[in-house]
Amino acid sequence: MSFLEVENLTLRIARGPRILRAVSLGVDQGEVRGLVGESGAGKSMIGKAILGTLPRAIQVVSGRISLDGTDLQTLPARERRRRIGAQVALIPQDPLTALNPVRRVGPQITNRLVDILGWDRSRAEARARELLDEVHIPDPDRVMRSYPHELSGGMRQRILIASAFAAEPKLIIADEPTTALDVTVQKQILRLIKEMQDRHNTALLFVTHDLGVVSKICQSLTVLYAGKVIEDTDTRSFFAAPGHPYSQALLHATPKYTDPEDSLTPVPQHVIDAVEAEVTDFDKGLGA
Amino acid sequence: MRDARSRVRRPIGLRLWLSGGWITLLIIGAVLAPLIAPHDPLYQDLFAGRMPPVWVDGADPNFLLGTDSLGRDVLSRILYGARLALTVALVAGTLTCLIGATLGLIAGYYRGWVDMVISRLVDIWMAFPPVLFAILLIAVLGTGLTSIIIAIVVIDWTRFARVVRAEAMTQGTMDYVASAQVVGRTKAGTMFAEILPNVLPTIVALLTLEMGIAVIVEAILSFVNLSISTDAPTWGGMIAEGRTSVHQAWWVLVFPLITLFLTVLSFSQLGEGLKDYFDPVLR
Repeated sequence: MSFLEVENLTLRIARGPRILRAVSLGVDQGEVRGLVGESGAGKSMIGKAILGTLPRAIQVVSGRISLDGTDLQTLPARERRRRIGAQVALIPQDPLTALNPVRRVGPQITNRLVDILGWDRSRAEARARELLDEVHIPDPDRVMRSYPHELSGGMRQRILIASAFAAEPKLIIADEPTTALDVTVQKQILRLIKEMQDRHNTALLFVTHDLGVVSKICQSLTVLYAGKVIEDTDTRSFFAAPGHPYSQALLHATPKYTDPEDSLTPVPQHVIDAVEAEVTDFDKGLGA
Repeated sequence: MRDARSRVRRPIGLRLWLSGGWITLLIIGAVLAPLIAPHDPLYQDLFAGRMPPVWVDGADPNFLLGTDSLGRDVLSRILYGARLALTVALVAGTLTCLIGATLGLIAGYYRGWVDMVISRLVDIWMAFPPVLFAILLIAVLGTGLTSIIIAIVVIDWTRFARVVRAEAMTQGTMDYVASAQVVGRTKAGTMFAEILPNVLPTIVALLTLEMGIAVIVEAILSFVNLSISTDAPTWGGMIAEGRTSVHQAWWVLVFPLITLFLTVLSFSQLGEGLKDYFDPVLR
C-alpha cells in the first residue's frame, strides 16, 4: 500500500471531453515518481485533483484518491481540507505567480505552520529561518522581510521549496518546478528538491515533460497520453527498454548528452495513431 | 548571492505634489470657508454688480475675483461651492466604491451564478444614458444633498464592479490563491487576505477618479438646477449663471470653470499617482 494511491481517476470537462481516463498510480514514502507526458496530457490535473484545487469546470467522474490508506472522498469537506493541507504540499510551476505580490515573504511561509500545525508565530518564524537556510538562501532575515518582486525567480523557487517542506508533508507534488526558470538555475533547483526530498524522506510526485530530469531523480515513472496511463514502470527498466511503442518514440525524441550529433526523431505518426486508437477504444468501452 | 532588487523608495512625483496640493488647498478652503471667505456668498449688492477681478481696470480690491450680476462675491461663492462639491465627492465616491468594489470582487472571485447575476445587472445598468438616468432619479427622489449622492451611487457602482471583477478574476487564477486554499483558508478568507490587497491599488485609483466624476455629475445637476436649493452657491449653478452674461462678465463663468477643471483633473491624477506609489509591484 503506497502512501498516495490514485485509482481509476476519471475527470472530464463539464459537458465536454474527458481529461483523465481511469488513471491509477501510487507513490510510496521516500519514492520519487515522475509523471511525464506531452502538454495537455493531464499531468497537472492529477496534481490538482490530489490537492483539491481543480478548476470548477472540471468534474470528477469516478475514481478514488487515498492518502495513507484513507479515501479522501469519505471525509467531510473540512477534515479533507485539513488533511490535505497537513500531508500534501505543492511546488508550483511558476514561482512568479505562486507568492502573493503584496505580502512579505516571511508570513507567506509561516502562515502555513500557524494555520495547519497551530504553532505560535515566533516558533514558526524560527523554523522558516531554518528552512531558508536549508535551501541555501543567504541572509534569511532579510529575505523574509522582502516582497516577492524584490527577489529573483530562482530565489523565489527556493522559497517555495522551503515553504513546501515547512510543515513536514508526507507527499510533495512538484508541478514542472523548473519550467519557468533559466536553464542554469534549473539544475540547482532540481538538485535542491532531490536533496530536500532525501533528507525529509518525502514521497514526491514529479510532474515534468523532461525525460532527462526523470532519469536523474525519479525511481519510477508514469507515462501519460491524452489522460490515459500508457506505461507505469521503474526508471531503470524504462530507459533500458520502454514497454510501449509511444514511450519508445518519446525516448527517441529526447536529446542525449552522450551523442549530441544524433538527430532527434519526432514521435512518428503511426505511433500517435495507435495511441489515439487506444484512447478511442477506451472511451467506447465506457460508452461515450 | 546578493539580490540587487532591494527596496527602492520611490520619490513622490510632481504629479502627486500638484494634484494632492490642489485637493488639500480646496479642502482647507471648504472647511474654513466661513472664516476665510471675504464676503457672505449670498449677499447681493446690485450697485456692485459685474465688478471685474482685481487685476482688471475698474475693479474693487474688496472683490478678488470680481462679482456676478447680482453683486455677489465670486471667490466666496467658489469657496462655499467647494463644500458641496467635496462633500459629494467624498461621500458619493466612497459609497460607490464600497458597493461596486464589493460586488466586483465577489463576482470576479466566486464566478458561477453570482458572477452571472452581477455581470448581467452591470450590462443592463450600463445601457442607460448616465446623465439622463441621474436627472430622472433626482426627479423621482427630489432635490437635495442625499438625492445627489444616491443618484451618483446608483449610476456609477458599475464602473467599480466591472474593473474590480476583471482584476479579481486575473488574481484568482494565480497559484498563490490555490496555495492559500490548500493550506486550508476558506474562500471568503482567501478573498480578503489574498485577492483584496492585490486589487487595492486599482480600487484606490478608481476611487479618486470616481470622486472627480462625482464633482462633474454634481456640477451637471446644479447646472440644470437639480442640485440642492437654488440660492446655495454651487459650481454648476455659477457656471450656468455665468454663461448668460459671458460677454459682459467673463469672470463669472471662467473662475468656477477653472476650479472645476482643476479639481477633476487633480482627482484623476491623484489616483494614478497613488496607484503607482502604493503598488509594490512595478507593473
